[in-house]
Amino acid sequence: MTEKVKIRIDGEVIAASAGQTILEVARANNKYIPALCYMEGLSAVGACRLCMVEVSGVGRLLPACTTPVQEGLAVATSSPQLQSYRKITLELLLVERNHVCAVCVSSGHCELQALAQDHGVTHVRYPYNYPRLTVDTTHPRYVLDHNRCVLCSRCVRTCAEIEGAHVWDIAGRGIRSRLVSELQRPWGEATTCTSCGKCVQACPTGAMAEKGWGVEEMTKKRAAVSRLTSMREGQ
Amino acid sequence: MDKLKIGTCWLDGCSGCHMSLLDIDEGIVAVLNKADIVFGPLVDAQEWPDGVDVALIEGAVSNQDDLKLAQTARAHSKVVVALGDCAVTGNVPSLRNGIPVRKLLERVYVEGATVRPGVPTDGVPTLLKQAEPLHSAIEVDVYVPGCPPKPNSILLVLNELLEGREPDVGSKLRFG
Ligand code: SF4
Ligand code: SF4
Ligand code: SF4
Ligand code: FES
Repeated sequence: MTEKVKIRIDGEVIAASAGQTILEVARANNKYIPALCYMEGLSAVGACRLCMVEVSGVGRLLPACTTPVQEGLAVATSSPQLQSYRKITLELLLVERNHVCAVCVSSGHCELQALAQDHGVTHVRYPYNYPRLTVDTTHPRYVLDHNRCVLCSRCVRTCAEIEGAHVWDIAGRGIRSRLVSELQRPWGEATTCTSCGKCVQACPTGAMAEKGWGVEEMTKKRAAVSRLTSMREGQ
Repeated sequence: MDKLKIGTCWLDGCSGCHMSLLDIDEGIVAVLNKADIVFGPLVDAQEWPDGVDVALIEGAVSNQDDLKLAQTARAHSKVVVALGDCAVTGNVPSLRNGIPVRKLLERVYVEGATVRPGVPTDGVPTLLKQAEPLHSAIEVDVYVPGCPPKPNSILLVLNELLEGREPDVGSKLRFG
């Protein structure tokens, strides 16, 4: 039996199980904490920093997706300071690569675009980076567009943890980080790729898409990918 | 009461935002009851007039003429609205920004030309290094994202501004 603990989220007392993360407990209780790199069914890595929350007694912000709950933990999810940091984080994600929603396959179905809208990001206060990036079209069925990649690593984890192929990794550091398939081999030449398409479905943005779709046409079946894990856990 | 004045212009944009403005249909009657459109592609005036209340600016700032017009509009208008994604984010015009201007022009007008190759210089404004969002060139008061923004959003913003209120577009509009 897992140990039961009581925590507070925005003042409300909530029962949770030890081992759950703050984000999992919040979601199970309909408390909103934004998240981008987190995806149900995958390990949590704390890459995007959108889920930062305040925990009383802790002098710094903690990522809700990787912080396990403890008895008596008190979490604040929506202070004005957090709201302002979330906006900044979203704006920085938007300036890092080239997000031109008007010509993006995922427009209207994109988690980054939706988060920006939900947080009232009507414009970006920082200078855009305008990097020159490539689009890998070598795979017969799928495309990887680095211009739209937010380096959340959901594809990396999906391929490694669910499909068991581990085609993807993130190479380089800082602003030069890039998603790579099989040690820099083009995706179409990656011998370990089974072409299952799960990475594409897990990708929150227009960075990965099926070929053949136009602007706004690519919708994804993320829940189906998450379900695979819960079905296996249930076995 | 004197009628208010609206000025509009498009910089590096496709005119789609102005089309969307025209698409407010009968909403335009209510707008024109309160204000006159005193400058822009929809009217004849040659110079941006003084004392404009609301300036609607479409398009990114891409060349010297864009920059001058944006600055003029700012200097003579109370409220400046960045209308649509090109003005708000740079959008499609900014797709060129990773490429040096000279290389870009040569690729298009020399390598890409089948007749009379050569970069045009006469009667065309000099390109800026990058196509930038409006707020990188002038101060912007209201942002209306969308490619183009929906007619209803434009109408809402205009009505609020003409009533002297600050429009709250908040989470109603998205990029793209
Ligand atoms: S990935 Fe999302 S935010 Fe980026 S251009 Fe596409 S729709 Fe816009
Ligand atoms: S298609 Fe499947 S095997 Fe290939 S990279 Fe994506 S998740 Fe991995
Ligand atoms: S391709 Fe998509 S899923 Fe993979 S890291 Fe980039 S944004 Fe995330
Ligand atoms: S969702 Fe927690 S850091 Fe990305």
